[in-house]
Amino acid sequence: MIEVKNLYKSFNGKPVLKGISAVFETGKTNMIIGRSGSGKTVFLKTMLGLIKPDKGIISFDGRIWDQLSLDEQRQIRKEVGVVFQGNALFDSMTIEENIKFPMRMFTNLSPAEKKARVNEVLAQVNLEGVNDKYPAEISGGMQKRVALARAIVLYPKYLFCDEPNSGLDPKTAIIIDNLIHDLTIRYNTTTVINTHDMNSIMEIGEKIILLKDGHKQWEGDKSQIFFTDNPDLNDFVFSSSLFRKVKELVQKEGKF
Amino acid sequence: MYLETIGKFALMLKEVFKRPQKPKIFWENYFKEVDDLGIKSIGLVSFISFFIGGVVTIQTARNLNNPLIDKMYIGYATIKSIVLEFSPTFISIILAGIVGSYIASTIGTMRITEQIDALDVMGVNSLNYLVLPKVVAAVTFYPFLITISMFLGVFGGWVVGDLTGMVLSHDYLKGIRYTFDSFDIWYALIKTVVFAFFIATIPSYYGYYVKGGSLEVGRAATQAVIWTSVNIIIFNYILTQLLLS
Repeated sequence: MIEVKNLYKSFNGKPVLKGISAVFETGKTNMIIGRSGSGKTVFLKTMLGLIKPDKGIISFDGRIWDQLSLDEQRQIRKEVGVVFQGNALFDSMTIEENIKFPMRMFTNLSPAEKKARVNEVLAQVNLEGVNDKYPAEISGGMQKRVALARAIVLYPKYLFCDEPNSGLDPKTAIIIDNLIHDLTIRYNTTTVINTHDMNSIMEIGEKIILLKDGHKQWEGDKSQIFFTDNPDLNDFVFSSSLFRKVKELVQKEGKF
Repeated sequence: MYLETIGKFALMLKEVFKRPQKPKIFWENYFKEVDDLGIKSIGLVSFISFFIGGVVTIQTARNLNNPLIDKMYIGYATIKSIVLEFSPTFISIILAGIVGSYIASTIGTMRITEQIDALDVMGVNSLNYLVLPKVVAAVTFYPFLITISMFLGVFGGWVVGDLTGMVLSHDYLKGIRYTFDSFDIWYALIKTVVFAFFIATIPSYYGYYVKGGSLEVGRAATQAVIWTSVNIIIFNYILTQLLLS
């Protein structure tokens, strides 16, 4: 479980996060949603320790980040898997080398064990036979799977995904979403996903937090979205006519 | 602003010079950097050194055309120019251009494509992982590279002097051995080690802290080359004052 209390961050005097508190539960796909510029990425990067907050507490299963030594923080980072928006694969390494990298840095597994684990995680993300290719030689959807495979290779306790569907077609996006959900259950991770993709929210949003202008505006799950009267949430979620229609149908039926 | 940059640079070095998390990976990266930063520069350095040696010999011969001056002084002037200044300083400035822009642009690209963020969130000390092998590779390999440059520069002067007939082999060889002082070599290698440190660290600094996109990476590479060259020139003066005066 990741707990955030009263998180503040500003850049050059301009506040971006204004006292956000939230709990991200273990074994669930927790989603941070909001428009572009709402503070989602800053929030995620602050939780990852890439941005230092001005004020507030972030704790990983009771371990308060600010109170840990640098070595203890590095220890937590070894328990974290991250899928970046642009994948952040090491472009001078092959797919296999990319996935092996965390194992080479932090384990003493034999080459055969590493190879077996690479093939295992590639199979889990439904991607096989690409071991010797470079990231630039595979499609965006495949790169996303490789990024996921690298993120889970050390059995992470916490999985962060920043806009995992950006740049993907709707079909591939749904496949990636379901993969993340399956991996969350398989590894019992605390998964935090940053997105503004409505399909993702409806597909795997077990806990949803809406950010607007650096504030938390709403919290709930995907079934509650249709029955809330929060104007900010309705404005964000039901901005397309398709979703307004879906909302009408769901409200008529009384359940999602 | 300059003080802030120097402070940030010093803090960067503090992270760089930590014990590598995985010594085996450090040594793998070290040999890769020796290849990228050193071995791949041997061809160009050799080519430049040979011909500059020849040019120095021709220019010196033209200026020492007084029949009362012994021709061996052409060889003497060539070896002094090559060993004391051309090889350690000007080859280092050339390397600052070639290697400095390469380092700044590769690290800068890793920064803007979030590859450095990926290293950090994995718990890898990204500065130590990326920069330390480059520094150690440059500091240990460039003295060899500059020694090759010195040798080829002097050799180029000999070949060109002999081919053009401006200085006979016998005179040239006598000149390069005349009052030979081994401290000249040490002076050149001490300078080389200091310049190698700048060539590896200053571009790493500009690449690592780049913000923005590809345009900014290009600007960072240019800044890296400029400031590495400026530091080489300034420290060339300081070291010369300290070691030779």
